[in-house]
Parts: sequence; C-alpha cells; structure tokens
Amino acid sequence: MEHNTMNLTLKVWRQKNANDRGNFETYQVSDISSEMSFLEMFDVLNERLIREGKDPIAFDHDCREGICGMCSMYIDGKPHGPWTQNTTCQLHMRAFKDGDTIVVEPWRAKAFPVVKDLVVDRTSFDRIIQAGGYISVNTGNAVDANALPVEKEKADAAFAAAACIGCGACVAACKNSSALLFVSAKVAHLALLPQGDPERKTRVVNMVAQMDKEGFGSCTATGACEATCPKGITIENIARLNKEYMVASLTSK
Amino acid sequence: MLDAKIPSGPLDQKWTDYKGHCKLVNPANKRKLEVIIVGTGLAGASAAAALGELGYKVKAFCFQDSPRRAHSIAAQGGINAAKNYQNDGDSVFRLFYDTIKGGDYRAREANVHRLAEVSANIIDQCVAQGVPFAREYGGLLSNRSFGGTQVQRTFYAAGQTGQQLLIGAYQALERQVALGNVDMYNRHEMLEVVVIDGKARGIITRDLITGKLERHFGHCVLLCSGGYGNVFYLSTNAMGSNVTAAWKAHKAGAYFGNPCFTQIHPTCIPVSGDHQSKLTLMSESLRNDGRIWVPKKQGDNRRPNEIPEEERDYYLERRYPAFGNLVPRDVASRAAKERCDAGYGVGSSKQAVYLDYAAAIERYGKGEANKRGLDHASKEEIIAMGKDVVKEKYGNLFDMYEKITGENPYEVPMRIYPAVHYTMGGLWVDYELMTTVPGLYALGEANFSDHGANRLGASALMQGLADGYFVIPYTLGNYLADEIRTSAIPTSHAAFEAAEKSVKDRIEKLMSIKGAQTVESFHKRLGKIMWDKCGMARNSQGLQEAITEIQALKKEFWSDLRIPGEINEMNFELDKAGRVADFIELGELMCKDALDRAESCGGHFREESQTEEGEALRHDDRFMYVSAWEYKGDHNWELHKESLDYEVVKPSQRSYK
Repeated sequence: MEHNTMNLTLKVWRQKNANDRGNFETYQVSDISSEMSFLEMFDVLNERLIREGKDPIAFDHDCREGICGMCSMYIDGKPHGPWTQNTTCQLHMRAFKDGDTIVVEPWRAKAFPVVKDLVVDRTSFDRIIQAGGYISVNTGNAVDANALPVEKEKADAAFAAAACIGCGACVAACKNSSALLFVSAKVAHLALLPQGDPERKTRVVNMVAQMDKEGFGSCTATGACEATCPKGITIENIARLNKEYMVASLTSK
Repeated sequence: MLDAKIPSGPLDQKWTDYKGHCKLVNPANKRKLEVIIVGTGLAGASAAAALGELGYKVKAFCFQDSPRRAHSIAAQGGINAAKNYQNDGDSVFRLFYDTIKGGDYRAREANVHRLAEVSANIIDQCVAQGVPFAREYGGLLSNRSFGGTQVQRTFYAAGQTGQQLLIGAYQALERQVALGNVDMYNRHEMLEVVVIDGKARGIITRDLITGKLERHFGHCVLLCSGGYGNVFYLSTNAMGSNVTAAWKAHKAGAYFGNPCFTQIHPTCIPVSGDHQSKLTLMSESLRNDGRIWVPKKQGDNRRPNEIPEEERDYYLERRYPAFGNLVPRDVASRAAKERCDAGYGVGSSKQAVYLDYAAAIERYGKGEANKRGLDHASKEEIIAMGKDVVKEKYGNLFDMYEKITGENPYEVPMRIYPAVHYTMGGLWVDYELMTTVPGLYALGEANFSDHGANRLGASALMQGLADGYFVIPYTLGNYLADEIRTSAIPTSHAAFEAAEKSVKDRIEKLMSIKGAQTVESFHKRLGKIMWDKCGMARNSQGLQEAITEIQALKKEFWSDLRIPGEINEMNFELDKAGRVADFIELGELMCKDALDRAESCGGHFREESQTEEGEALRHDDRFMYVSAWEYKGDHNWELHKESLDYEVVKPSQRSYK
C-alpha cells in the first residue's frame, strides 16, 4: 500500500479527574504514517510524553477492531471522527492530510461524566440494560433451537439492531444527549423475536424510565444519532420503540 | 503423575453419571455461599449468570468499563454444535473426534466428549436468550463449515457471532445484577489470590479509577480471564487482554498447563509498520469461499490481477486435496510461512499471501443468474450479482479490511499472514475445572483443557459457554456442598492483610524504579523475542537463547522502567506495567515448556521434529502427556505430568491430504 507521512497539530481535552475543570492542550506530532490508525498516532504521542516526563493522555480503547465499543473520542466535532459507520480505533490517518489541526474531546453528556481526559463513565448504559434489556430465561430451560422458526426478515432486522456496540456515539452526537437510539436498538432487537414477546410491554416501559432517570435528554428526531452510529443502527428502531411504548402504555393494566 | 479425577465408566456415560452423582447444595445454603468471578467474557458472564440464577451470591469483576466489552466480543466466524441440522453426518461423536484430532491428540478425551455433548444445549440456550443467529428462508437456523471438519456444524451471526453470544450472556448477567444476585465491579483488576488453609478464599483487586486496593472474600474463586496471546505483543487479542489474573494464581500454587501451545491464525491482516499496535483477524469463515494462493514465480512483483491463472500456486489445494483451503489453522499457517520463507510472499513486506474471492464472486453470480432465470447475463452482471451475495455473507469483514488497508477486497485479493490468536495452554484444571489450588477454578480460554495442541475454528465460543453455562453449575456444587459450614471469613484476616501488602509493595516498587524506558518498549522487545524464537517454528538453540534474553530483559525492566503519574489515580501505564511484568515471566515459562516438548504437535512446531514432507511429527512414546508446571520461585519451575490415556480414539499421524 502507498503511504505518506504528515505533521499535525492536536488540540486535546485534558482533565485530571472528575472534579477537575479541564482544558485544551496543544501538541505537535510529526512523521505520522498514513497507514497508522488514529489510536496508534495517540500511542506515538503518549510514548513521547512519557519520555518527556509528562502525563500521557488517558483514552479508552480495547479491541481496536471496531467491535468492543470502548473507544470514544469526539474528533473535530464528530463522535469517532470523519468516516461514516466507523469507530475511532478503525479510523486511519489517511483520513487526514499534512498540516491539519485535529480537535479531540471526550463524549459530552450529563449521563456520561468525564473520568479523566478522554475517558467517560458509561455505566448508565449497563443500568438501562438491567432495567429490562434481556429475556428472562434461566440456563437449562431452553427448548430445541429450531422448535420456533423465525422469519428471516425479522431475524435479520433483529440482528441489525443487535449489532449495537454500546459505545455511546449516538448520545454524544445528539444535541439533547438522548440515548433513544441505544435503547430502541435493544427494544427492537428483542421485540422482533418471538422469544422476546412475553416481556415486551414491561421491557420498553422500564428501559425508557431508567433512561430518563439517568439524565439522558429527549429525542427530537434530528437523526444525528443514525448518521453517527458506527454500526449503522437506523432510527427505524426509534419508530419501533415508540410503537412498542404506545401499545404498552395503552394496554397495560 | 497428576490425577485429573476423570469419572470411571464408558466415555459417553461419564458426564451423565457425574451429574447424577455429584453433590448438591440446597437453595437455602446457596444464598450463603459467595462466588468470585474474575473476567466477564463468554465464560465469566455465562458462569456469573448461571450461578446467580442458581442462587449463589456472586461478585463479578472486569477491567473494562463494562462487562460487555470483554474480548469474546471480537470472535467473528461462529460457534460449533453437534446439532446435525444439515443431515450431513454430524453427531456428538464426530464433534468429539474432530476436536481430538484437530488438537493433534494432546487433549483429554473425557473433557472433549463432555464439550461435544453440551454443545447442542448452548445453541438452544442462546436462541432462547434472543441471540439472532443467521437463518434460512424457512425460518430455521443456518450453518456453515469451518476448518478441520467435513460437516456444516457452525452457527453464526454474520461476522459478529462472538458479539451476539457475549451480548446474550451479558444481558443474562445484567438481569442477575438487577435481581441482586450478582454484584458487578467494572474497571477493577484482580492482583492477588488469597489462600487460607490451602483453599482459595478471595482476591485483592485494584480500582482502576481511584487506584484503591480492595479485599473481597469468596468461598471459591473462578478465573475466566482469557488467554495470554499478548505475550507476543502483536496479536489479535484486545489491547487489555492479559495473563495477570492467571499468573497470580499460578504463583499462588496453581499449575500452568501446556504454556507453549499457542495458536497462530492463518488469516490476519499483515503488519504494516513499526507503529502497529495490534493485528486484525479475518475470519476463518472466509476460507469457506476464498482461495489462497501465491505466484508460482519467486519474487513476482506483478499486481495480483495481472498474474494469469496458470501462474498461481493454490498451495493448500495442491498440498491437501481432501481439505483444501479448509485445513486446520496450524497447518494453514505453517504452509503460508513456508511459501513466504521460500521467497514466494507478496505485498511490500513479502510476508503475505493472497486470499482471493474472484472465483467465489463468479460462482455466486452464476448461481444468482440461474435463480433469476437470466440465461444471457453478461459477465459484468454476473460479477455484480456475485458481489452482492458475498457482501451479504462477509460484508462487515470486507469493510473492515478496506478501512485498515485502504484496498477494496471485492476488486483485488486480500493480503493475509498468520498472527497469534489464541492460547490453548492455560491454568491446569481437572475434570471439574478446578486448578491445583482447592476452590480455585479456571474456565474458558484461561484453562488448558479442551483443545490439545491446536484449537479448531468456532470451538472457543463453544468451550467458553459450555464451561460457564453447563459445566461449572454442576462441578462447583460438588465442591461447595462441603463448604456450607464455612461462614464468610472477614477480610481483616491475616491472609488478606498479607496479600494486600504484597500487592501494595509490588506497585510501589514498580513506581519507584523511575528509569528511562517505557512499558510499551519492553513489551515490544518481549514480543519480538517470543515471535522470533517461540513462534510458528521453534528449535532447541533458539529457545535457549530466548530464555537467556528474557531473563536479561526482566532485569532491565525492573531497573530501568519509567511509569508516569501516581498510584492513587487512573493510571493506564501502571496497569500495563504490572501486566507486562507478568508477561515477561510467562514468556520464560513458555520457552521452557517448548524446549521440554521435543516433538511437534498441533501449533507447536519443533523444527527438529518433522516428516519428510515438512508436516508436524509427534512422538507419542515420549510426549503423550500434559505438561503442568509448578512455580517454585524466580526462574524456577518443576514439571508435573498428566498422562493422556486414549480409550476410544486411536492417535494416528494427522492427515488432511
């Protein structure tokens, strides 16, 4: 593969801990290969900072193949940066050119408080799942997997919703910091399958209630979440959630 | 000789008999028994959910910000199960046999048979949880094939099977959290096992946000902390995957089984430069349809599409006509290395081979044209239809390849090269998954048990979930039934005190070195030694050199390491330093084990031991055993052996020709 190198200016959010006010710091990086991933560019910078006796930039990352959902940088005003349907760890430096200035911030949302630098606390997502994002089946209770056929179309749609990696980019992209795309993906995934049917009413009501409790904002249907989602989760799921929610509200006792 | 406590009786009755006779704990007592689980991947999350459902008081720990991030999530291709939904001759016995043979006759028969038996229950359980496996138009589950088998027994969810299974287990776990049966500790790392009167009774953890050390009591401790492939620095593991929990257990008395058995996966995206931080796998499922080749001419610099068909060497199809591109991983990896070493490699580094989809695209395109009755479809139309089919099957993998390499795999063949992927070795466990420390268990990739010297594709997910959902709920009860009289031990106990102090001392020692070199630089150097001398091919001289080099590296590490920041704050460099320190010690043991095993088997290829055709040559007369290493002090281990007695399968020279 052809590659070139570039020199860049980075403006990165630094915040020592949750109580610190935080500020932007500017760094120059040079000889960055276009073949590097965005996080590898941060590795190079951090190695240099350590050698210079400075504190490296804390950021979350783990699998570095776009599936664990841990990486979470807000790059030039976009969660996960300029590419579509992509995570920060899969963003490569060929997306940038020599001389660029890149601004990097953490996710900003009341329900995702900053822990340090670019690291945020997303445990609110876990608590939303605890409120009902599951099917209540104990181990050992299952019938044969093929006992209940599922229409391919529905199975495919359920899979498309289940592809959510829980990164929180939808919240970070939303002007209201709404988590509705995340919640709706789970509601839709389970409501589309016959196995999820028995609990569909309580599930949607409880998950939405928990979402509100966590301090996420309301959905005003701008579609920023869908445009940002690294896994292409569509706002059709929000429509499904609204339908589920309405049915549940009208028919619950 | 070590005793694995394998139940007596015929192979296919052992597990049934065990379940019928093992001790049980009544529900009222379960509520008083505390279980600690370290790691929340497939094994840990499924164990936490299953044990929570049973009524035990569970505490689960993970170093990530949520249990849903564990690296099981990255598994792509699928999960095996002996369902025989395809009516193609599959059975529990076949799955058992393929796994034993695939592991090159270095796995325990009884464990593998149990794994094959429970495999079908896993699929049932996952479907009931809402795991959206791929389906056919009739609404029933779809299957595909994987390496080392001749049946279609792999269930999948596009290229994201691990993700879907883990989310299923994670949701089951979160349900137990909501019900109050499981306490979940995110961003916590286990740094010591507490042993009291010879039994595992708890752990010391570090809160990775505040740096605070914590003591946790448990009547037993389950390690589900994954594999140690990151000892090679570059691997397909997540950046955080580490051996620390298993290594602490090892130093606390748990034997380490077959540490040198490492799986090098044949289809990964090649290294692009020194900056490389990890390698990305391209699923083995791609070998279902892709063809692997190199040019017939050495050093051929033409673009792949300019090399005519007759000048391509489809070396796997040539060498292994019966299995072709679907030979097991160890065989495929070595064959790729052989071609590249001989000067036939491709790409700028010449350390790559092609994985080509042109033939599959054309074949699928023709199939579509037939289906739609388009007798006169042009070549372009056929290719376009074929690309659509390939996109549906492997789209996410192709997209990933393009993002990383900047090349379009629908147009040019992918370049691939083997990379470290999985470790068959791990903590030695008996039939009940208990290590040599009573009350300390190891599940999933963290144990050594089921894959012998080479794991077959789509079997890691199967084993992780088998251990967590269907094995440990029985075997743990058999132990805890005798613990109902043990009340919770206060964490002010001297053993907790001492364990916490040793953790604290070690952290302070690491921080006080104040040298010049970074953790990352040491890790890279360790990885290079391991890859060069304990990688795809090993020999006696190289391994001895590696041991000396690693010992020197350890000295340098402990005298010239630089860790920035403080102890009592979020400090990723400090976290990593502790892990790399453990990897260095493990690396030495791996080389020692590889040196001891002077035979080739599965992924362990000793150059001194090969057939005339360059295939792995086992020596069953001398090496029909599991190596279980006991830690005796710095650079000092004692080898124990567990004899492998095959009652049903007759070990033979593995042939995929």
